[in-house]
Amino acid sequence: MSRAAAIEVAGLDVAFGRGGRAFRAVRAASFAVAAGSSFGIVGESGSGKTTVLRALAGLLPPAARVRGEMRLHGDPLRPARSRALRRRLQMVFQDPYGSLHPRHTVDRILGEPARVHGLDAPDRRIVAALADVGLDASFRFRFPHQLSGGQRQRVAIARALIIAPAIVLLDEPTSALDVSVQAEILNLLQRLRREHALTFVLVSHDLAVVSHMCEALAVMRAGEIVETAGVDALRADALRHRYSRALLRAAQGYRATAAGTAAER
Amino acid sequence: MTPRDPLLVVDGLRVTFDTPRGPVPAVRDVSFVLGREKLGIVGESGSGKSQTGRALLGLLARNGRMAARRLAFDGVDLLRAGEAERRALRGGRIAMILQDPKYSLNPVMTVGEQIVEAFRVHADVSGREARRRALAMLEAVRIREPGHVFDAWPHELSGGMGQRVMIAMMMVPEPDLLIADEPTSALDVTVRLQILALLDDLLARRGAALILISHDLGLVGAFCDRVLVMYAGRVVETLRADELRSARHPYTRGLLACQPRVDGDGSDLPTLDRDPAWLR
Repeated sequence: MSRAAAIEVAGLDVAFGRGGRAFRAVRAASFAVAAGSSFGIVGESGSGKTTVLRALAGLLPPAARVRGEMRLHGDPLRPARSRALRRRLQMVFQDPYGSLHPRHTVDRILGEPARVHGLDAPDRRIVAALADVGLDASFRFRFPHQLSGGQRQRVAIARALIIAPAIVLLDEPTSALDVSVQAEILNLLQRLRREHALTFVLVSHDLAVVSHMCEALAVMRAGEIVETAGVDALRADALRHRYSRALLRAAQGYRATAAGTAAER
Repeated sequence: MTPRDPLLVVDGLRVTFDTPRGPVPAVRDVSFVLGREKLGIVGESGSGKSQTGRALLGLLARNGRMAARRLAFDGVDLLRAGEAERRALRGGRIAMILQDPKYSLNPVMTVGEQIVEAFRVHADVSGREARRRALAMLEAVRIREPGHVFDAWPHELSGGMGQRVMIAMMMVPEPDLLIADEPTSALDVTVRLQILALLDDLLARRGAALILISHDLGLVGAFCDRVLVMYAGRVVETLRADELRSARHPYTRGLLACQPRVDGDGSDLPTLDRDPAWLR
């Protein structure tokens, strides 16, 4: 790999429950993410993709058993983390309606992480973070319910970026949004990645979004990574694993199905 | 495709919601004629597509009002029909499938009990006969172990299985028109295809018409015969599904262009500039 790995995951196992009823949500997952790149994890519901992201974020429930290694620029990511380590890694969630406190103003939502991490000049940072995501200062004293879905997701992104992390973990960041709004948010994320030299790990069920956003990807099924590949393989329809190919077929399948049905008539 | 015998005539449909801040129009003057065909209604959230579907069944929220110049289903004037007549149509000749089976199935009844109930409401059959037909219907939606699913509770079903059960239940009274509002949006892509194939098959076999309401242009374009594109409560464009790629209206074109593609090059996506003139 030409660039240093920002994230390395080796033999990650995550299990919930104990003994015979234990559920292994992730099995022996390994991958590396180059600094400044965007890495996609695709899979269907129950594939373990979000669990991998939560393990990286340190957001698994305490009862989860985690084995294997996760490193951030060489530093081990364990469940108990220093504030300095947590500051380097932020997460954006799928649902912009559920992830912002409904009774806090945008100002308070953005001010909180700045305060927790003891950053100076919070006012200046809040205005700058809003500008960064394309919202003017008038949004500062609004409540989440006064914002559209796209504006809320912009606020959630601003909240992640206000403490200047190196890594942003994105869990289906646009799947609750209309396609026209999705386009704006995806463009925004790509611009922010360039401007702030961010590394992304993006979890999505949507292969088109991953193809658009990422340089490399992992395909997960039933807790296992069945294939890791560069995005060129995805774009050129050259994924190797049977399941990856089936997923791609299904994602583009309506066309094929319709053509087939039309031919039969 | 020109429908020979219009099954449904919608002329000048309006839906308005009364809110503390005054009336909010959701559907503004929507008109279309439906034959025995698959009609897609696409649009983004707030376009009025779902409210159009719900209005046809009289399922608006309490603060909603509807009006139309004409609303007729197979000759029955829906605006003048009494509650009993409407109820007979609703769930009988017109059925509706919603996005998430989790919220449409009764959580405290087994799957079998619910389908049997659907049979007995719409047909005068014995319990035993209803059970036999319910099992046959579960088989028709390609559930491998119908007996097992018959005795299952809704929470024990996966999303795809739940949607099969919903489809089975809606097909029980052999409806002439099925209104499906985002029927596959909550499902994984591989399951989505199976459900669509199943719907297609059932519709073809029974000669029923479909109104498919969706935000997904690709899906609607491939699955339906004709597409209405809605924006801000209005139909801005009506097209044959196979002509979707050559859509004329800037809104439709914008929607098509702003979607990322698997074989794209990763450069910035075109965004949609909304022209106030579209509202005129």
